Amino acid sequence: MPKVTGTVFDIKRYALHDGPGIRASVHLKGCPLSCWWCHNPESQDSQPQLLFRKERCIGCGICVMSCPNGAISRAIETDSHLCLGTGACADTCPSEAREICGRDMSVAYVMGELLKERIFFEQSGGGVTLSGGEPLLQHEFAMALLVECKKNNIHTAVDTCGFVNSAGMLETVPYTDLYLYDIKHMDSERHRLYTGADNDVILSNLVKLGESGASINARMPLIPGINADEENLRATGAFLARVRGLTRLSLLPFHSVAQDKHDRWNMEYHLRGVFSPTENLLTSSARIIESCGVSTVIGG
Amino acid sequence: MNERIESLRKESFETHPSFSAERAVLETEFYEENYGKYSTPLMRGLNFKYICQKKSIYIGPNELIVGERGPAPKAVSSFPELTCHSLQDLEILNSRQMQSYDVSENDMTLYSNFVIPYWRGRSMRDRAFARTPQKWLDMYEAGLFTEFGEQRALGHTALDGLIYEKGMLDIKQDIANARKSLDFLNDPEATAKDDELQGMDISCDAIMILAQRHAELAEKMAAETDDPSRRTELLKIAEVCLQVPAHAPRNFWEAIQMYWFVHLGTIIELNGWDAMSPGHLDQHLFPFYIKDVEEGALDREKAKELISCFWIKVNNTPAPPKVGVTAAESGTYNDFTNINLAGLKSDGSDGSNEVTYIILEVVDELRLLQPQCNIQVSARTPDGVLKAAGRVIRNGMGYPSIFNADMVIAEQMRVGKTVEDARQGGTSGCIETGCAGKEAYLLHGYLNTPKVLEITLNNGVDPMTGKMIGLETGNPDGFKTFDDLYSAFERQLEYVVDTKIEVDNYLRSRYAEFFPATFLSVLIRDCVKNGRDYYNGGPRYNSDYIQCTGIGTITDSLSAIKKHVFDEKTVPITRLIEACNKNWEDCEALRLTMWNKTPFYGNDDDYADSIMQRVYGSLFDVIDGKPSILGPNYHLNMLSTTCHNYFGKMTAATPNGRFKGMPISDGTSPSHGADRNGPTAVVKSLGKMDQVKSGGTLLNQRFLPSVLAGESGIDGMVNLVRTYFKLGGHHIQFNVVDEETLREAQRNPQEHRGLLVRVAGYSDYFVDLDNYHQEEIISRTAQETL
Repeated sequence: MPKVTGTVFDIKRYALHDGPGIRASVHLKGCPLSCWWCHNPESQDSQPQLLFRKERCIGCGICVMSCPNGAISRAIETDSHLCLGTGACADTCPSEAREICGRDMSVAYVMGELLKERIFFEQSGGGVTLSGGEPLLQHEFAMALLVECKKNNIHTAVDTCGFVNSAGMLETVPYTDLYLYDIKHMDSERHRLYTGADNDVILSNLVKLGESGASINARMPLIPGINADEENLRATGAFLARVRGLTRLSLLPFHSVAQDKHDRWNMEYHLRGVFSPTENLLTSSARIIESCGVSTVIGG
Repeated sequence: MNERIESLRKESFETHPSFSAERAVLETEFYEENYGKYSTPLMRGLNFKYICQKKSIYIGPNELIVGERGPAPKAVSSFPELTCHSLQDLEILNSRQMQSYDVSENDMTLYSNFVIPYWRGRSMRDRAFARTPQKWLDMYEAGLFTEFGEQRALGHTALDGLIYEKGMLDIKQDIANARKSLDFLNDPEATAKDDELQGMDISCDAIMILAQRHAELAEKMAAETDDPSRRTELLKIAEVCLQVPAHAPRNFWEAIQMYWFVHLGTIIELNGWDAMSPGHLDQHLFPFYIKDVEEGALDREKAKELISCFWIKVNNTPAPPKVGVTAAESGTYNDFTNINLAGLKSDGSDGSNEVTYIILEVVDELRLLQPQCNIQVSARTPDGVLKAAGRVIRNGMGYPSIFNADMVIAEQMRVGKTVEDARQGGTSGCIETGCAGKEAYLLHGYLNTPKVLEITLNNGVDPMTGKMIGLETGNPDGFKTFDDLYSAFERQLEYVVDTKIEVDNYLRSRYAEFFPATFLSVLIRDCVKNGRDYYNGGPRYNSDYIQCTGIGTITDSLSAIKKHVFDEKTVPITRLIEACNKNWEDCEALRLTMWNKTPFYGNDDDYADSIMQRVYGSLFDVIDGKPSILGPNYHLNMLSTTCHNYFGKMTAATPNGRFKGMPISDGTSPSHGADRNGPTAVVKSLGKMDQVKSGGTLLNQRFLPSVLAGESGIDGMVNLVRTYFKLGGHHIQFNVVDEETLREAQRNPQEHRGLLVRVAGYSDYFVDLDNYHQEEIISRTAQETL
């Protein structure tokens, strides 16, 4: 098995919304975008990060002794400049007040965890989804996982934002059964405002991916006031209608529950006060995109 | 739900349970007059007949299926021959906050002046406690185990198809033939058999008299009513009651009424644990359904109405109130009538049919506490049945529960049943496997497995009381390895189990001697042929079970000891035991290390799961094949019903980080909060238990409604179930969590670590969310489970 390692912040079992069947999703850390609505804001930074939940800390001081770099003071304050992100404190903290987001994992270890779920994949027509963050950012590691999965006859999906190196992405095509491709906004200016990057690369990569023969489900978070206006929906529908290999678009209703994670990780949250789309908005949005000739479903 | 069902359902919901001394008084009259005149089986048959002749008969407005155990809906009889309630017991029943029963002044007086004076010292319970050994009493009082036989009749019972083929008159003929073939010259038991057969014969008469009296009352009410449509119904009821149970049923309505009379008979005769179940009701009713529909005598709606009437009847039957420890360990109102759906026919083909779906609709609409139903899922069962059940489950009721029919069959075949008999078997009570209509499978009580470890860690002493109640298996200081500790635990376990079985055997023999179930015996195959009672080896199959609880708690506790004391040597064993015995006072860092830094059962982690396998193997070794009065018939069951709460109260803090008094783990589920890798990891762990060697295991999975939302939610559930069953799982139940559970999770987040919240593309643990979002999910959950 390849020696390459990657930074993984979660392996979720019994994932039902990230491709067909019962899946296990491997969340790779690091993302080139920083979307306002990001559901996993802790995934954006490519380095391991420490989360401290003060309300759980019982002040036992075990972490102080455990830190290899002396980053934690007697008053249980962590000096972020000294923290190396090893997770040693999280490993020993009795109350789980300390949590490390992102651990270095080998391909062999991750495959070991995924193969435990194989019987569920086989029963349900499920498989493995690489997600993130942006999984293709750790290109070598992602490739290695995909290749190993295919060796074991496991269905693979890649959940990508598309803002990645085209050649690298196309290399994954022979080992990827399905791409879950995120579309956020058709207007490049506004795309930059909400996500931190233009949409040019994303859209051209989607076209290239389609031409390479890949099977693609597009996914779009539907956020009132951001991308749910008729003009953007029509533009999205018109664009997607021309993408080869696209089976459908899933509209994912925005949910404010991510606000809590932004707060927890001390990250700015721009969508305070924005509500989930109504049933009406969801169905009318779906209808607009359908009218452009793109099969559309609501939900993952 | 039509108007009739709505009004009957409302009545069933709103009627407060009451205590009725009627049965106790009739029985006391009969015993005072007749005790000593007859052999015991005749005495029991005649006593049953006397009650059927004299008890109050009730036919309520709108009813189609008739008959109540007591004088009216929700009026519960007592069984002073088994447990004679004291006046103080009755006062507590009347006034307690939880699950009270109304007790009238008149009933109190009757008990005080008549019932108690006769039965004091004569009841089964009084006899039992008069001669149980001190070591048994010490363990019983410490909460190491419970004892089913001390105040309710032993036995789980479900029926097969017999009563749809034969009426009581046919069975009387079988009895007459059996009596004729008795060999008084060569068979030393011939006289005893003749007595038993006469008791059975009288019991058949008794149940026909009960039906006859309902027919007469219906005719009288028909003559008195001004409502012509009700008159027609009452005359129809009279006609049905004249046909069944004397003769075999001819149509759907009669088939249901047949079962209900028979059910009533068994719960008037004695108060068996978990009452009675019809077994594979959908399979039993289907031939009548199809025939009636084809003849134009019945449509789907009418069939649904009749089943609904029956459902409400079962719900009208609260459990006889218990006393003492048994009241604490199983504080349920109703007995468990667990109806089997789908499964296989005796020829091995798929048993699901249209009645399966009708019953699922009834369950969904009526939402009653009892009867419960379960679906038996074989590899041959279509996904459609499982999905239909999934939609009912999603509505938040916690049932139907789901069983692996292929496993249930394999469990029975392991202990000697034929494949055809095993296919007609199923589950009753909670999860207990049995050969419906052909077996006496007697449960003898729960075993508090974590407490066996607790007294091992204290060298035989109960840390809750300081009393010596076990074996001196050595000072834990002296355990050099984990295996030293484990073998001490095994010796302690065998000592406790053997002490229990000695008394179980004694009680079992008392039932055979003093309380033969002469009516139940005519319903269970081969009792008539063998001329022997249900309690005395009459049935084709006979088994005895001990129900082992707390496998999660004990596995996690042993895993904590193994890892921290023996593998990593970071915690001395004496320090850990001391911390447990003082309920972790001033040891919070140690407690949380045990709780959060130990591999626990339920996470597909072999470190913990291999310990589970070892404990399960030990339980199997000390129980399976132990001798009962009828041979080496003991087996183990892995369930707790509600007993994990009682056992928790009786158990000090445990090495897995659990506090004193908190519940131990339920069934074979992981400890609450110990499973942190989601449901697939849970079923993988459970799949490592060799479940075919048990008489049933129980897995509760708690889900938020959103996890089961949409088709993908249902598909996910179906596939989870199918995979668990491939792995050899016996049972799984999805408890869709309600508002109350989420509030509890807010108060005690550590106990609810595994509760997943899912929104498309996002998932997190409920306890990790901030208060604002927890509140949002609670309000959404409350809506979804309305």
